[in-house]
Amino acid sequence: MRKSCLIAAMAMLSFSVAVAGKSSKSDNPEQTASVATNPYPSTYQRIGSAPVMIRNATVLTGTGERIDNADVLMRDGKIAGVGKNLDAPDNATLIDGTGKWVTPGIIDDHSHLGVYPSPGVSAHEDGNELTNPTTPNVWAEHSIWPQDPGFAKALAGGVTSMLVLPGSGNLIGGRGVVVKNVYGNSYQSMKFPGAPHSLKMACGENPKRVYGSKGSSPSTRMGNVAGYRSAFIDARGYMKSWDKYNAGGKEKGDEPTQDLRLETLAAVMRGDIKVQIHCYRADEMMLMMDLAKEFNFKISSFHHAVEAYKIAQPLADNGICASMWADWWGFKMEALDGIQENIALVDRKKNSCAIVHSDSAEGIQRLNQEAAKVIARSSALGMNGSPENAMRWLSLNPAKAIGIDNVTGSLEQGKNADVVLWNGTPFSVYAKAEKVYIDGALMFDINNKNLQPVSDFMIGQGVSP
Amino acid sequence: MKRLLLIACLLSGPAFAQNVLIKNATVHTAGTRGTLKNTDVLVQGGIIRAIGPNLSAPGVTSVDAKGKPLTPGLFAGLGDIGLEEVSAEKSTVDASFSLGEGVTGQMRPEFDVVPAFNANSTLIPIARLEGFTFTALSANAGSSLLGGQGAIMRLNGKFDDPIGSRILFASMGSSADELSGSSRAAQYMLLDQAIREARGLSPYDYKQALLTPAGREALNKFLLGGRTVFHVERASDIRQVLAFAKKNGMRPIIVGGSEAWEVAAQLKADNVIVFVDALQNLPSSFDQIGSRIDNAALLQKAGVRVGLYRSDDSSQNARKVRQTAGNAVSYGLPWEAGLAAITSVPADAFGVGDKVGRIEVGLMADLVLWNGDPLEVNTFAEQVWMNGQAMPMTSRQTELRDRYMSEESGMPRAYQK
Repeated sequence: MRKSCLIAAMAMLSFSVAVAGKSSKSDNPEQTASVATNPYPSTYQRIGSAPVMIRNATVLTGTGERIDNADVLMRDGKIAGVGKNLDAPDNATLIDGTGKWVTPGIIDDHSHLGVYPSPGVSAHEDGNELTNPTTPNVWAEHSIWPQDPGFAKALAGGVTSMLVLPGSGNLIGGRGVVVKNVYGNSYQSMKFPGAPHSLKMACGENPKRVYGSKGSSPSTRMGNVAGYRSAFIDARGYMKSWDKYNAGGKEKGDEPTQDLRLETLAAVMRGDIKVQIHCYRADEMMLMMDLAKEFNFKISSFHHAVEAYKIAQPLADNGICASMWADWWGFKMEALDGIQENIALVDRKKNSCAIVHSDSAEGIQRLNQEAAKVIARSSALGMNGSPENAMRWLSLNPAKAIGIDNVTGSLEQGKNADVVLWNGTPFSVYAKAEKVYIDGALMFDINNKNLQPVSDFMIGQGVSP
Repeated sequence: MKRLLLIACLLSGPAFAQNVLIKNATVHTAGTRGTLKNTDVLVQGGIIRAIGPNLSAPGVTSVDAKGKPLTPGLFAGLGDIGLEEVSAEKSTVDASFSLGEGVTGQMRPEFDVVPAFNANSTLIPIARLEGFTFTALSANAGSSLLGGQGAIMRLNGKFDDPIGSRILFASMGSSADELSGSSRAAQYMLLDQAIREARGLSPYDYKQALLTPAGREALNKFLLGGRTVFHVERASDIRQVLAFAKKNGMRPIIVGGSEAWEVAAQLKADNVIVFVDALQNLPSSFDQIGSRIDNAALLQKAGVRVGLYRSDDSSQNARKVRQTAGNAVSYGLPWEAGLAAITSVPADAFGVGDKVGRIEVGLMADLVLWNGDPLEVNTFAEQVWMNGQAMPMTSRQTELRDRYMSEESGMPRAYQK
């Protein structure tokens, strides 16, 4: 049932932007005065809060460690301490964590909230610019509807940050943006300060179906690859002309004309934009690794990656993450070989980077449950099924993939106080996020209706949350 | 040799299904006896013959459950297991029937999906090894408000007939607007017209006839006691459907029901079973503005019998039905009602409660032994029996897993069987 909806969604399913490995410098690589370096800056302001001390909880740090009977102190928006018997400042709000668990805020590195919001009406279909197979010029942030009711539901599921990506209908779908899960009247007020952009690319069936059905290129997988290569070849020339101009001297000539498409791809090759590739099949992921070598860019994560288990070692060797579902499979040919142990088999390799992602307004609310399914499978096969290990798939690994691991993704002193207090182990169908803190401020409380955000859209609809 | 093989096949058929004695289980009957601790279940000839403490049956294979939960086989929801292999590949999908483009109003309720059922589908073992043993094969809306007929199919992977009677599938509300000239109001107009035809109140060959002669016969069965699934979400539409069904003497089952909690009293009064997706808590469409995470709990509290299903990816990922039940329980549905919602309630709703859906003497022995709470996401089925026969706990997915779990041998994986 509802298959038509699923398939329609599929056409737009994946997009991702990723900045790989390299440290991100700015939103825009160009240095010249006449080209804006950051034309749509973040205006996010953290909500002020007194210090908060959670006492005597089971703490999963997100780095793979578990500390029992531990305290977590948040102060001035940062993690001020994690450990046993911490001293609380006099003005701290004390929370009894006995019997409860504390984790970093969950980070979803593949969301379309805001760009494919609820309700899913035609006026809101803003996630795929399906007018050209290569649209590195479009930015998902310019499509975000900040009133998407889905943000509130994701928050109730413990999600504090996410990468909002364009869809996967195009070979190169555009830039994605990292947002904090805090409602505002503009996307700029949600935009994660300092986070790099990501570029969303897509392998396989979607682009060739979308354009092949219009009788234009690409209509085959070889057409897909020709499309990526042509785009990067153009961008290489563009990058050179800017390099020459920026180097100054006699030969510099006139300032090159800014080109939104090529600017994005040049920034990818400079390492300023992370690369997130929607790619299901092992062979296609291997192919994209060669493409990345050809144009000297780094792939941050393969998204959906249902066959990542077949190439777990090369992924680990190349420092590439895989952002995966626990059990979605079979809705199209490239998803046919999905197995429930995918995440566990990727995770078991040394230097791997396994991520549980959602790509879904439903899934983003229950990423902890998705991870719990993987835990069950890992344990059954004698792999590491510990909760402290699984927490990495939901926080530090996605933070790495989207370039914010220097400031969030784990409970470590000095990082942003993005914290979830759970009613017990998070890896259960009965788990509930009781309190969710973003930058140290309590943004969701399951026991306090005043701390449960409601989007403008739901006002006056006669529905209680 | 061939004859031996034939005999082996016959022996493995349901008529010769194994006998088994499952000892010391925590038996969740999903029936009036509730949960029974330290209880044995005796299966003979594929049928549950006895339930109680300290049973013995000489010569019958016995399995020690060690106190683990034993449930009836679960309901895999309303979907297309066996009717589709890969959703996006049309050549593998047989779950809907479409007339020519631009045809509006015509209905083919005589379309029956059952002949398309493929007992060899890889989806069957994939669902079954997660504890799912029966499903409602659904006829999806093709080009008609009445998608056609489906039936309850057991997931034993055999070329068996479905159990129970055929079910008619109808789509109502905004998702079916295109099938009714852009207005949901016309859905009642068109169905009224079809029903008049089915009842013989219209001439056979008038110009705007909606039904073929076979369609009239088929629809008439569902006016005389057959069960009709109405896929409908909005509260006001559910009220209309209930009134429409009552007026026409139909037996409705509501599926979708995102806003069913708003009309719980009416559903209770009409004694109608509702299937909801307990993960549906967003205003995904204007018909679902009132979606709530505690929909199932509110309905149950109001005395409505609630079944659970998964609305998206309901075939390949039918196993997610178990997660919907766990979430419904997490948000207020009593645990026993959560289990019933994916066992006895669907069995009753589709008229097969005398065969499957409970652990009761006389019912088919479709049973599942779990390594923990069957409604949890971090547990799994340890063993599934159908008609008392232990089913292989393997699928195409576990075989792929095993191929890639093992160390590399120096030869390509293709040589690893």
